[in-house]
Amino acid sequence: MKILVTVKEVAEAEDDFDIAGLDIDERYLEFDLNEWDEYAIEEAVQIKEDGDDVEVVSVTIGPERAEETIRMGLAKGVDRAIRVWDDAFEDAGMLDPKTKADLLSAVVEAEEPDLVLTGVQAGDDSFGATGVTLAESIDFEWGAVVNALDLDADAGVASVHRELEGGIEELTDIELPAVLTIQTGINEPRYASLRGIRQAQSKPLDLHELDDIGLDDEALESPLSRTAMYEPESEGDATVFEGSAEETATELASLLRDVGVVEG
Amino acid sequence: MSDVLAITEHRQGELRDVSSELVTVGSELAAQQGGALHLGIIGGDVDAFADELSLEGVETIHTVDHGDEFNHDVYTQATAQLFGAVEPSTLLLPNSVNGLDYAPAVASTLDIPLVTDAIGISRDGGLEVTREMYGSKVETTVAVDADVAAVSVRPAEWEPTTDAGDPSIESFDADIDEDAVKSTVTGFEAVAGGDVDISEADFLISIGRGIEEEDNLPLIKDLVEATDATLSSSRPIVDNGWLPKNRQVGQSGKVVTPDVYLAIGISGAVQHVAGMKGSDTIVAINTDPNAPIMDLADYAIVDDLFDVVPALTDALE
Repeated sequence: MKILVTVKEVAEAEDDFDIAGLDIDERYLEFDLNEWDEYAIEEAVQIKEDGDDVEVVSVTIGPERAEETIRMGLAKGVDRAIRVWDDAFEDAGMLDPKTKADLLSAVVEAEEPDLVLTGVQAGDDSFGATGVTLAESIDFEWGAVVNALDLDADAGVASVHRELEGGIEELTDIELPAVLTIQTGINEPRYASLRGIRQAQSKPLDLHELDDIGLDDEALESPLSRTAMYEPESEGDATVFEGSAEETATELASLLRDVGVVEG
Repeated sequence: MSDVLAITEHRQGELRDVSSELVTVGSELAAQQGGALHLGIIGGDVDAFADELSLEGVETIHTVDHGDEFNHDVYTQATAQLFGAVEPSTLLLPNSVNGLDYAPAVASTLDIPLVTDAIGISRDGGLEVTREMYGSKVETTVAVDADVAAVSVRPAEWEPTTDAGDPSIESFDADIDEDAVKSTVTGFEAVAGGDVDISEADFLISIGRGIEEEDNLPLIKDLVEATDATLSSSRPIVDNGWLPKNRQVGQSGKVVTPDVYLAIGISGAVQHVAGMKGSDTIVAINTDPNAPIMDLADYAIVDDLFDVVPALTDALE
Protein backbone atom coordinates (compact mmCIF):
# COMPACT_ATOMS: atom_id res chain seq x y z
CA MET A 1 0.00 0.00 0.00
CA LYS A 2 1.18 3.48 -0.81
CA ILE A 3 0.17 6.71 0.92
CA LEU A 4 0.87 10.08 -0.64
CA VAL A 5 0.89 13.05 1.74
CA THR A 6 0.69 16.51 0.24
CA VAL A 7 2.54 19.02 2.38
CA LYS A 8 3.06 22.74 2.14
CA GLU A 9 5.57 25.07 3.67
CA VAL A 10 3.57 28.05 4.87
CA ALA A 11 4.49 31.53 5.98
CA GLU A 12 3.47 32.90 9.33
CA ALA A 13 3.50 36.63 9.92
CA GLU A 14 5.05 38.24 12.96
CA ASP A 15 2.86 40.44 15.16
CA ASP A 16 4.34 43.58 13.67
CA PHE A 17 4.78 43.56 9.92
CA ASP A 18 4.74 45.68 6.81
CA ILE A 19 3.03 44.92 3.54
CA ALA A 20 5.16 45.26 0.42
CA GLY A 21 2.97 45.26 -2.67
CA LEU A 22 0.66 42.26 -2.67
CA ASP A 23 2.18 40.34 0.24
CA ILE A 24 3.68 40.79 3.65
CA ASP A 25 7.33 41.80 3.41
CA GLU A 26 9.32 38.57 3.59
CA ARG A 27 11.40 39.97 6.46
CA TYR A 28 8.35 39.57 8.69
CA LEU A 29 7.50 36.04 7.60
CA GLU A 30 8.60 32.80 9.17
CA PHE A 31 8.39 29.65 7.10
CA ASP A 32 7.38 26.35 8.59
CA LEU A 33 5.52 23.14 7.83
CA ASN A 34 1.77 23.77 7.64
CA GLU A 35 0.21 22.81 10.98
CA TRP A 36 -2.53 20.62 9.43
CA ASP A 37 0.07 18.78 7.34
CA GLU A 38 1.96 17.77 10.49
CA TYR A 39 -1.11 15.78 11.49
CA ALA A 40 -1.47 14.32 8.00
CA ILE A 41 2.17 13.14 8.07
CA GLU A 42 1.72 11.62 11.54
CA GLU A 43 -1.45 9.81 10.43
CA ALA A 44 0.34 8.34 7.40
CA VAL A 45 3.36 7.26 9.46
CA GLN A 46 1.10 5.61 12.05
CA ILE A 47 -0.67 3.65 9.29
CA LYS A 48 2.74 2.56 8.02
CA GLU A 49 3.81 1.44 11.50
CA ASP A 50 0.57 -0.50 12.03
CA GLY A 51 0.65 -2.25 8.67
CA ASP A 52 2.88 -4.36 6.48
CA ASP A 53 4.57 -2.99 3.42
CA VAL A 54 3.21 0.55 3.53
CA GLU A 55 5.21 3.24 1.78
CA VAL A 56 4.70 6.91 2.64
CA VAL A 57 5.66 9.51 0.04
CA SER A 58 5.33 13.26 0.51
CA VAL A 59 4.82 15.77 -2.26
CA THR A 60 5.33 19.52 -1.99
CA ILE A 61 4.85 22.35 -4.46
CA GLY A 62 7.52 24.77 -3.34
CA PRO A 63 10.89 26.43 -3.86
CA GLU A 64 14.25 25.08 -2.73
CA ARG A 65 13.81 26.83 0.63
CA ALA A 66 11.07 24.24 1.42
CA GLU A 67 13.55 21.35 1.45
CA GLU A 68 14.35 21.86 5.13
CA THR A 69 10.68 21.50 5.97
CA ILE A 70 10.35 18.47 3.70
CA ARG A 71 13.32 16.84 5.47
CA MET A 72 11.47 17.17 8.78
CA GLY A 73 8.76 14.92 7.35
CA LEU A 74 11.41 12.43 6.25
CA ALA A 75 12.87 12.55 9.76
CA LYS A 76 9.47 11.66 11.21
CA GLY A 77 9.06 8.55 9.08
CA VAL A 78 8.15 9.59 5.54
CA ASP A 79 10.07 7.26 3.20
CA ARG A 80 10.78 9.64 0.34
CA ALA A 81 9.77 13.03 -0.89
CA ILE A 82 8.96 14.79 -4.14
CA ARG A 83 9.27 18.52 -4.65
CA VAL A 84 7.53 20.07 -7.65
CA TRP A 85 9.09 23.31 -8.79
CA ASP A 86 10.27 25.03 -11.91
CA ASP A 87 11.75 28.41 -12.81
CA ALA A 88 8.37 29.17 -14.38
CA PHE A 89 6.83 29.29 -10.87
CA GLU A 90 8.86 32.41 -10.06
CA ASP A 91 6.80 34.44 -12.53
CA ALA A 92 3.52 32.66 -11.92
CA GLY A 93 0.80 34.53 -10.05
CA MET A 94 -1.58 33.09 -7.49
CA LEU A 95 -1.96 29.35 -7.90
CA ASP A 96 -5.64 28.50 -7.52
CA PRO A 97 -6.83 25.10 -6.19
CA LYS A 98 -7.36 23.74 -9.70
CA THR A 99 -3.85 24.68 -10.79
CA LYS A 100 -2.35 23.00 -7.74
CA ALA A 101 -4.58 19.96 -8.21
CA ASP A 102 -3.41 19.64 -11.82
CA LEU A 103 0.22 19.64 -10.67
CA LEU A 104 -0.50 17.10 -7.94
CA SER A 105 -2.60 14.96 -10.33
CA ALA A 106 0.45 14.45 -12.47
CA VAL A 107 2.33 13.14 -9.44
CA VAL A 108 -0.58 10.90 -8.43
CA GLU A 109 -0.65 9.39 -11.90
CA ALA A 110 3.03 8.50 -11.65
CA GLU A 111 2.91 7.25 -8.05
CA GLU A 112 -0.50 5.51 -8.06
CA PRO A 113 -1.16 5.79 -4.30
CA ASP A 114 -4.06 4.03 -2.59
CA LEU A 115 -4.62 6.88 -0.19
CA VAL A 116 -3.81 10.58 -0.32
CA LEU A 117 -3.71 12.60 2.89
CA THR A 118 -3.68 16.39 2.92
CA GLY A 119 -4.19 18.99 5.62
CA VAL A 120 -7.68 20.57 5.80
CA GLN A 121 -6.17 23.91 4.81
CA ALA A 122 -2.95 25.86 4.64
CA GLY A 123 -2.38 28.21 7.54
CA ASP A 124 -1.37 31.13 5.32
CA ASP A 125 -4.04 31.44 2.62
CA SER A 126 -6.66 29.16 4.25
CA PHE A 127 -8.19 28.16 0.92
CA GLY A 128 -9.10 24.66 2.11
CA ALA A 129 -9.86 23.39 -1.38
CA THR A 130 -6.82 21.65 -2.87
CA GLY A 131 -7.49 18.16 -1.44
CA VAL A 132 -11.08 17.79 -2.61
CA THR A 133 -10.28 19.44 -5.96
CA LEU A 134 -7.50 16.88 -6.40
CA ALA A 135 -9.87 14.03 -5.53
CA GLU A 136 -12.37 15.11 -8.16
CA SER A 137 -9.61 15.59 -10.74
CA ILE A 138 -8.15 12.10 -10.30
CA ASP A 139 -11.49 10.36 -9.78
CA PHE A 140 -10.74 9.36 -6.19
CA GLU A 141 -13.39 9.38 -3.47
CA TRP A 142 -12.77 11.84 -0.64
CA GLY A 143 -13.61 13.09 2.83
CA ALA A 144 -12.96 16.58 4.19
CA VAL A 145 -12.15 17.62 7.78
CA VAL A 146 -11.38 14.13 9.07
CA ASN A 147 -10.60 13.87 12.79
CA ALA A 148 -10.66 10.09 13.19
CA LEU A 149 -9.58 7.48 10.66
CA ASP A 150 -9.94 3.72 10.73
CA LEU A 151 -8.52 2.15 7.59
CA ASP A 152 -9.59 -1.30 6.35
CA ALA A 153 -7.27 -1.70 3.39
CA ASP A 154 -8.46 -5.25 2.62
CA ALA A 155 -12.09 -4.17 2.38
CA GLY A 156 -10.99 -0.99 0.60
CA VAL A 157 -12.84 1.28 3.01
CA ALA A 158 -11.80 4.19 5.21
CA SER A 159 -14.20 4.73 8.11
CA VAL A 160 -13.82 8.33 9.20
CA HIS A 161 -15.24 10.91 11.53
CA ARG A 162 -15.76 14.31 9.97
CA GLU A 163 -15.66 17.17 12.47
CA LEU A 164 -18.80 19.23 11.86
CA GLU A 165 -19.69 22.47 13.64
CA GLY A 166 -20.95 22.58 17.20
CA GLY A 167 -19.34 19.45 18.64
CA ILE A 168 -21.02 17.03 16.22
CA GLU A 169 -19.10 14.45 14.23
CA GLU A 170 -20.33 12.73 11.09
CA LEU A 171 -19.46 9.06 10.69
CA THR A 172 -18.78 8.17 7.07
CA ASP A 173 -17.50 5.15 5.15
CA ILE A 174 -15.41 6.13 2.16
CA GLU A 175 -14.36 3.77 -0.63
CA LEU A 176 -10.67 3.65 -1.52
CA PRO A 177 -8.76 5.02 -3.32
CA ALA A 178 -9.51 8.28 -1.56
CA VAL A 179 -8.21 11.70 -0.61
CA LEU A 180 -8.76 12.61 3.04
CA THR A 181 -8.20 16.11 4.37
CA ILE A 182 -6.90 15.82 7.92
CA GLN A 183 -7.98 18.05 10.81
CA THR A 184 -5.68 19.09 13.64
CA GLY A 185 -6.05 17.05 16.82
CA ILE A 186 -6.58 13.70 15.03
CA ASN A 187 -3.33 12.42 16.59
CA GLU A 188 -0.28 13.61 18.47
CA PRO A 189 2.42 14.51 15.96
CA ARG A 190 5.77 13.15 17.11
CA TYR A 191 9.01 15.03 17.39
CA ALA A 192 11.74 13.90 15.07
CA SER A 193 14.37 11.79 16.81
CA LEU A 194 18.06 12.48 16.30
CA ARG A 195 18.32 9.13 14.57
CA GLY A 196 15.38 10.10 12.32
CA ILE A 197 17.01 13.41 11.46
CA ARG A 198 20.24 11.61 10.52
CA GLN A 199 18.39 9.05 8.41
CA ALA A 200 16.43 11.77 6.65
CA GLN A 201 19.63 13.11 5.12
CA SER A 202 19.99 9.98 3.00
CA LYS A 203 16.33 9.54 2.03
CA PRO A 204 15.41 10.45 -1.55
CA LEU A 205 14.10 13.99 -2.15
CA ASP A 206 13.49 14.36 -5.86
CA LEU A 207 12.85 17.56 -7.76
CA HIS A 208 10.24 17.29 -10.51
CA GLU A 209 10.12 20.17 -12.95
CA LEU A 210 7.06 20.79 -15.12
CA ASP A 211 8.64 18.90 -17.99
CA ASP A 212 9.26 15.87 -15.75
CA ILE A 213 5.56 15.53 -14.92
CA GLY A 214 4.40 16.08 -18.48
CA LEU A 215 3.23 19.68 -18.08
CA ASP A 216 4.33 23.06 -19.40
CA ASP A 217 4.02 26.74 -18.43
CA GLU A 218 0.35 26.75 -19.41
CA ALA A 219 -0.37 24.58 -16.37
CA LEU A 220 0.41 27.59 -14.19
CA GLU A 221 -2.17 29.88 -15.75
CA SER A 222 -4.71 30.67 -13.07
CA PRO A 223 -8.00 32.58 -13.37
CA LEU A 224 -7.43 34.10 -9.93
CA SER A 225 -5.15 36.97 -9.11
CA ARG A 226 -4.56 38.84 -5.90
CA THR A 227 -5.17 42.54 -6.53
CA ALA A 228 -4.71 44.01 -3.06
CA MET A 229 -3.56 43.24 0.47
CA TYR A 230 -4.14 45.53 3.41
CA GLU A 231 -4.50 45.52 7.16
CA PRO A 232 -8.16 45.52 8.14
CA GLU A 233 -9.26 48.62 9.96
CA SER A 234 -9.56 47.95 13.63
CA GLU A 235 -13.17 47.85 14.71
CA GLY A 236 -12.12 47.68 18.30
CA ASP A 237 -13.10 50.21 20.91
CA ALA A 238 -11.66 48.39 23.89
CA THR A 239 -10.78 50.24 27.05
CA VAL A 240 -7.09 49.46 27.40
CA PHE A 241 -5.74 49.28 30.97
CA GLU A 242 -2.32 50.94 31.07
CA GLY A 243 0.54 50.55 33.49
CA SER A 244 2.60 47.83 35.11
CA ALA A 245 1.28 44.27 35.39
CA GLU A 246 0.31 44.97 39.02
CA GLU A 247 -1.57 48.13 38.03
CA THR A 248 -3.46 46.60 35.14
CA ALA A 249 -4.24 43.49 37.19
CA THR A 250 -5.66 45.66 39.98
CA GLU A 251 -7.88 47.51 37.50
CA LEU A 252 -9.10 44.25 36.00
CA ALA A 253 -9.76 42.83 39.46
CA SER A 254 -12.01 45.75 40.33
CA LEU A 255 -13.80 45.43 36.99
CA LEU A 256 -14.53 41.76 37.70
CA ARG A 257 -15.84 42.71 41.16
CA ASP A 258 -17.99 45.50 39.70
CA VAL A 259 -19.52 43.18 37.10
CA GLY A 260 -20.21 40.77 39.93
CA VAL A 261 -18.51 37.61 38.64
CA VAL A 262 -16.11 37.56 41.56
CA GLU A 263 -16.93 38.29 45.18
CA GLY A 264 -15.43 41.03 47.27
CA MET B 1 -26.35 34.51 -17.43
CA SER B 2 -26.55 37.19 -14.75
CA ASP B 3 -28.29 35.16 -12.07
CA VAL B 4 -26.97 33.88 -8.75
CA LEU B 5 -27.53 30.31 -7.55
CA ALA B 6 -26.98 29.69 -3.83
CA ILE B 7 -27.02 26.21 -2.28
CA THR B 8 -28.46 26.09 1.23
CA GLU B 9 -27.46 23.83 4.11
CA HIS B 10 -29.31 21.72 6.65
CA ARG B 11 -28.42 19.08 9.21
CA GLN B 12 -30.46 16.62 11.24
CA GLY B 13 -33.76 18.15 10.20
CA GLU B 14 -32.90 21.81 10.60
CA LEU B 15 -31.75 24.51 8.23
CA ARG B 16 -28.42 25.97 9.24
CA ASP B 17 -28.09 29.72 9.77
CA VAL B 18 -25.80 30.14 6.79
CA SER B 19 -28.78 29.42 4.51
CA SER B 20 -30.55 32.71 5.23
CA GLU B 21 -27.19 34.52 5.25
CA LEU B 22 -26.67 33.23 1.71
CA VAL B 23 -29.98 34.89 0.81
CA THR B 24 -28.57 38.24 2.00
CA VAL B 25 -25.27 38.05 0.13
CA GLY B 26 -26.91 36.35 -2.84
CA SER B 27 -29.62 38.99 -3.32
CA GLU B 28 -27.07 41.82 -2.98
CA LEU B 29 -24.89 40.20 -5.62
CA ALA B 30 -27.83 39.40 -7.91
CA ALA B 31 -28.84 43.08 -7.81
CA GLN B 32 -25.30 44.10 -8.82
CA GLN B 33 -25.34 41.58 -11.65
CA GLY B 34 -28.81 42.65 -12.80
CA GLY B 35 -30.11 39.14 -12.30
CA ALA B 36 -32.21 37.07 -9.93
CA LEU B 37 -31.38 34.92 -6.91
CA HIS B 38 -32.12 31.19 -7.11
CA LEU B 39 -31.82 28.92 -4.09
CA GLY B 40 -31.11 25.20 -4.17
CA ILE B 41 -32.28 22.89 -1.38
CA ILE B 42 -30.91 19.37 -1.61
CA GLY B 43 -32.31 16.59 0.55
CA GLY B 44 -34.15 16.57 3.86
CA ASP B 45 -37.71 17.88 4.25
CA VAL B 46 -37.37 20.06 1.17
CA ASP B 47 -40.95 21.43 1.26
CA ALA B 48 -40.66 22.62 4.85
CA PHE B 49 -37.22 24.09 4.16
CA ALA B 50 -38.58 25.86 1.05
CA ASP B 51 -41.35 27.44 3.14
CA GLU B 52 -38.82 28.60 5.69
CA LEU B 53 -36.58 30.06 2.98
CA SER B 54 -39.37 31.91 1.16
CA LEU B 55 -37.56 35.16 1.92
CA GLU B 56 -37.31 38.59 0.38
CA GLY B 57 -34.96 38.74 -2.56
CA VAL B 58 -35.36 35.11 -3.63
CA GLU B 59 -36.95 34.62 -7.06
CA THR B 60 -36.99 30.84 -7.35
CA ILE B 61 -36.36 27.94 -4.98
CA HIS B 62 -35.34 24.66 -6.57
CA THR B 63 -35.90 21.61 -4.39
CA VAL B 64 -34.06 18.33 -4.96
CA ASP B 65 -35.87 15.64 -2.99
CA HIS B 66 -33.07 13.10 -2.57
CA GLY B 67 -31.96 11.64 0.76
CA ASP B 68 -32.26 12.95 4.31
CA GLU B 69 -28.76 14.16 5.13
CA PHE B 70 -25.78 15.69 3.38
CA ASN B 71 -23.80 13.36 1.14
CA HIS B 72 -21.02 15.01 -0.83
CA ASP B 73 -21.42 12.79 -3.89
CA VAL B 74 -25.15 13.56 -4.11
CA TYR B 75 -24.60 17.27 -3.44
CA THR B 76 -21.88 17.48 -6.08
CA GLN B 77 -24.05 15.87 -8.73
CA ALA B 78 -27.24 17.74 -7.83
CA THR B 79 -25.49 21.12 -7.62
CA ALA B 80 -23.78 20.61 -10.97
CA GLN B 81 -27.10 19.71 -12.59
CA LEU B 82 -28.91 22.67 -11.00
CA PHE B 83 -26.10 24.88 -12.21
CA GLY B 84 -26.67 23.56 -15.74
CA ALA B 85 -30.39 24.29 -15.54
CA VAL B 86 -30.21 27.75 -13.95
CA GLU B 87 -27.08 28.92 -15.79
CA PRO B 88 -26.02 31.45 -13.15
CA SER B 89 -22.91 33.59 -13.48
CA THR B 90 -22.10 33.12 -9.79
CA LEU B 91 -22.59 29.98 -7.73
CA LEU B 92 -22.60 30.61 -3.98
CA LEU B 93 -21.90 27.82 -1.50
CA PRO B 94 -21.44 27.85 2.27
CA ASN B 95 -17.86 27.72 3.55
CA SER B 96 -19.02 25.35 6.26
CA VAL B 97 -17.44 21.98 7.05
CA ASN B 98 -19.82 20.38 4.58
CA GLY B 99 -19.10 23.17 2.09
CA LEU B 100 -15.41 22.22 2.33
CA ASP B 101 -16.50 18.68 1.47
CA TYR B 102 -18.27 19.46 -1.83
CA ALA B 103 -17.66 23.03 -3.07
CA PRO B 104 -14.22 22.18 -4.55
CA ALA B 105 -15.65 19.06 -6.22
CA VAL B 106 -18.49 21.05 -7.78
CA ALA B 107 -16.13 23.72 -9.12
CA SER B 108 -13.77 21.06 -10.46
CA THR B 109 -16.62 19.11 -12.12
CA LEU B 110 -17.96 22.27 -13.74
CA ASP B 111 -14.45 23.48 -14.55
CA ILE B 112 -15.10 26.91 -13.06
CA PRO B 113 -12.83 28.85 -10.68
CA LEU B 114 -13.50 28.69 -6.95
CA VAL B 115 -12.70 31.31 -4.33
CA THR B 116 -13.30 30.15 -0.77
CA ASP B 117 -14.17 31.75 2.55
CA ALA B 118 -15.39 35.07 1.16
CA ILE B 119 -16.05 37.92 3.58
CA GLY B 120 -16.96 40.31 0.76
CA ILE B 121 -18.15 39.86 -2.83
CA SER B 122 -18.78 42.43 -5.54
CA ARG B 123 -19.22 42.37 -9.27
CA ASP B 124 -18.43 45.70 -10.83
CA GLY B 125 -17.35 44.50 -14.21
CA GLY B 126 -15.39 41.48 -13.01
CA LEU B 127 -16.03 39.44 -9.91
CA GLU B 128 -13.96 40.51 -6.90
CA VAL B 129 -13.81 38.62 -3.62
CA THR B 130 -12.47 39.84 -0.27
CA ARG B 131 -10.87 37.22 1.94
CA GLU B 132 -8.44 37.03 4.82
CA MET B 133 -4.92 35.62 4.99
CA TYR B 134 -2.30 34.92 7.63
CA GLY B 135 -4.78 34.09 10.39
CA SER B 136 -6.94 37.21 9.88
CA LYS B 137 -3.94 39.55 10.08
CA VAL B 138 -4.58 40.90 6.59
CA GLU B 139 -7.37 41.12 4.07
CA THR B 140 -6.89 40.56 0.36
CA THR B 141 -8.95 41.10 -2.74
CA VAL B 142 -8.96 38.39 -5.36
CA ALA B 143 -10.02 39.16 -8.92
CA VAL B 144 -11.62 36.34 -10.90
CA ASP B 145 -10.86 36.37 -14.61
CA ALA B 146 -13.82 34.27 -15.76
CA ASP B 147 -17.44 34.86 -16.75
CA VAL B 148 -18.70 32.18 -14.41
CA ALA B 149 -17.32 31.32 -10.96
CA ALA B 150 -18.07 29.66 -7.64
CA VAL B 151 -17.56 31.43 -4.31
CA SER B 152 -17.91 29.90 -0.87
CA VAL B 153 -19.16 32.28 1.77
CA ARG B 154 -17.98 32.48 5.38
CA PRO B 155 -20.80 31.66 7.82
CA ALA B 156 -21.95 34.40 10.24
CA GLU B 157 -20.33 37.13 8.12
CA TRP B 158 -23.57 38.43 6.59
CA GLU B 159 -26.76 39.16 8.52
CA PRO B 160 -29.50 36.62 7.85
CA THR B 161 -32.48 37.73 5.76
CA THR B 162 -35.65 37.44 7.83
CA ASP B 163 -38.30 39.33 5.82
CA ALA B 164 -40.72 37.06 4.02
CA GLY B 165 -40.85 36.97 0.24
CA ASP B 166 -42.82 35.17 -2.39
CA PRO B 167 -40.52 33.03 -4.50
CA SER B 168 -41.80 30.35 -6.82
CA ILE B 169 -40.95 26.87 -5.59
CA GLU B 170 -40.04 24.32 -8.24
CA SER B 171 -39.18 20.68 -7.80
CA PHE B 172 -35.98 19.80 -9.67
CA ASP B 173 -35.64 16.23 -10.83
CA ALA B 174 -31.92 15.57 -10.42
CA ASP B 175 -30.58 12.46 -12.08
CA ILE B 176 -28.29 11.04 -9.39
CA ASP B 177 -25.91 8.30 -10.54
CA GLU B 178 -25.91 6.02 -7.48
CA ASP B 179 -22.84 4.13 -8.77
CA ALA B 180 -20.86 7.33 -8.35
CA VAL B 181 -21.92 7.64 -4.70
CA LYS B 182 -18.94 6.05 -3.01
CA SER B 183 -19.34 7.40 0.49
CA THR B 184 -22.00 6.54 3.04
CA VAL B 185 -22.92 8.57 6.07
CA THR B 186 -23.60 6.01 8.80
CA GLY B 187 -24.46 8.31 11.70
CA PHE B 188 -23.67 11.26 13.91
CA GLU B 189 -21.95 11.47 17.24
CA ALA B 190 -21.94 14.27 19.79
CA VAL B 191 -18.56 14.95 21.30
CA ALA B 192 -18.42 13.69 24.88
CA GLY B 193 -20.03 16.15 27.26
CA GLY B 194 -18.07 15.26 30.38
CA ASP B 195 -18.55 16.79 33.80
CA VAL B 196 -18.51 20.46 32.84
CA ASP B 197 -20.79 22.42 30.53
CA ILE B 198 -18.87 25.59 29.70
CA SER B 199 -21.92 27.05 27.97
CA GLU B 200 -23.61 27.29 31.39
CA ALA B 201 -20.83 29.30 33.04
CA ASP B 202 -21.21 32.99 34.02
CA PHE B 203 -17.47 33.61 34.10
CA LEU B 204 -15.15 31.86 31.69
CA ILE B 205 -11.38 32.11 31.82
CA SER B 206 -10.20 30.93 28.45
CA ILE B 207 -6.65 30.17 27.40
CA GLY B 208 -4.97 29.90 24.02
CA ARG B 209 -1.64 29.30 22.35
CA GLY B 210 -0.06 32.11 24.40
CA ILE B 211 0.21 29.76 27.37
CA GLU B 212 2.99 28.05 25.38
CA GLU B 213 3.47 24.90 27.47
CA GLU B 214 1.36 22.46 29.43
CA ASP B 215 3.63 23.13 32.42
CA ASN B 216 2.25 26.68 32.52
CA LEU B 217 -1.34 25.54 33.10
CA PRO B 218 -1.11 25.70 36.93
CA LEU B 219 -0.66 29.46 36.62
CA ILE B 220 -4.11 29.67 35.06
CA LYS B 221 -5.62 27.08 37.37
CA ASP B 222 -4.59 29.21 40.35
CA LEU B 223 -6.51 32.13 38.85
CA VAL B 224 -9.52 29.93 38.11
CA GLU B 225 -9.51 28.74 41.71
CA ALA B 226 -9.16 32.26 43.12
CA THR B 227 -12.11 33.50 41.07
CA ASP B 228 -14.33 30.42 41.07
CA ALA B 229 -14.50 30.76 37.29
CA THR B 230 -14.79 27.96 34.73
CA LEU B 231 -11.81 27.10 32.55
CA SER B 232 -12.17 26.91 28.78
CA SER B 233 -9.80 27.19 25.83
CA SER B 234 -9.25 27.72 22.15
CA ARG B 235 -8.61 24.85 19.80
CA PRO B 236 -4.82 24.37 20.01
CA ILE B 237 -5.00 23.61 23.74
CA VAL B 238 -7.46 20.77 23.07
CA ASP B 239 -5.53 19.56 20.01
CA ASN B 240 -2.47 19.27 22.24
CA GLY B 241 -4.44 17.20 24.70
CA TRP B 242 -3.89 19.69 27.56
CA LEU B 243 -7.63 20.06 28.16
CA PRO B 244 -10.53 17.79 27.21
CA LYS B 245 -12.67 18.51 24.17
CA ASN B 246 -15.64 19.69 26.24
CA ARG B 247 -13.61 22.78 27.22
CA GLN B 248 -13.23 24.01 23.64
CA VAL B 249 -14.90 27.28 22.63
CA GLY B 250 -15.46 27.88 18.92
CA GLN B 251 -16.94 26.69 15.69
CA SER B 252 -16.21 23.03 16.29
CA GLY B 253 -16.59 23.26 20.06
CA LYS B 254 -19.16 25.09 22.17
CA VAL B 255 -20.84 28.43 21.65
CA VAL B 256 -20.72 30.36 24.92
CA THR B 257 -22.37 33.55 26.16
CA PRO B 258 -21.05 34.17 29.69
CA ASP B 259 -21.30 37.48 31.60
CA VAL B 260 -17.51 37.77 31.35
CA TYR B 261 -15.18 36.04 28.91
CA LEU B 262 -11.54 36.53 29.88
CA ALA B 263 -9.38 35.56 26.89
CA ILE B 264 -5.78 34.93 27.93
CA GLY B 265 -3.21 34.45 25.17
CA ILE B 266 -5.91 33.94 22.55
CA SER B 267 -5.37 35.69 19.21
CA GLY B 268 -9.01 35.40 18.17
CA ALA B 269 -9.06 33.33 14.99
CA VAL B 270 -12.40 33.42 13.22
CA GLN B 271 -13.28 29.87 14.27
CA HIS B 272 -12.79 30.82 17.91
CA VAL B 273 -14.66 34.10 17.66
CA ALA B 274 -17.68 32.24 16.26
CA GLY B 275 -18.00 30.58 19.66
CA MET B 276 -17.64 33.55 22.03
CA LYS B 277 -18.62 36.80 20.36
CA GLY B 278 -22.01 36.76 22.11
CA SER B 279 -20.39 37.12 25.55
CA ASP B 280 -21.62 40.16 27.54
CA THR B 281 -18.19 41.49 28.47
CA ILE B 282 -15.01 40.39 26.72
CA VAL B 283 -11.62 41.01 28.31
CA ALA B 284 -8.40 40.18 26.48
CA ILE B 285 -4.89 39.77 27.83
CA ASN B 286 -2.46 39.59 24.93
CA THR B 287 0.98 40.90 24.01
CA ASP B 288 -0.16 41.76 20.48
CA PRO B 289 -2.23 44.97 20.33
CA ASN B 290 -3.24 44.07 16.76
CA ALA B 291 -4.53 40.58 17.55
CA PRO B 292 -8.04 40.07 16.13
CA ILE B 293 -9.38 39.46 19.67
CA MET B 294 -8.73 43.16 20.38
CA ASP B 295 -11.43 44.10 17.85
CA LEU B 296 -13.98 42.31 19.99
CA ALA B 297 -12.68 43.13 23.44
CA ASP B 298 -14.46 45.59 25.72
CA TYR B 299 -11.39 45.75 27.98
CA ALA B 300 -7.82 44.84 27.16
CA ILE B 301 -4.42 44.50 28.77
CA VAL B 302 -1.56 44.59 26.29
CA ASP B 303 1.08 42.79 28.29
CA ASP B 304 2.70 39.45 28.99
CA LEU B 305 0.21 37.01 30.48
CA PHE B 306 3.00 35.51 32.60
CA ASP B 307 3.26 38.86 34.43
CA VAL B 308 -0.41 39.84 34.49
CA VAL B 309 -2.02 36.53 35.47
CA PRO B 310 -0.08 36.01 38.75
CA ALA B 311 -0.69 39.66 39.64
CA LEU B 312 -4.40 39.22 38.96
CA THR B 313 -4.52 36.09 41.08
CA ASP B 314 -2.83 38.03 43.93
CA ALA B 315 -5.25 40.94 43.54
CA LEU B 316 -8.25 38.62 43.81
CA GLU B 317 -7.14 36.32 46.57
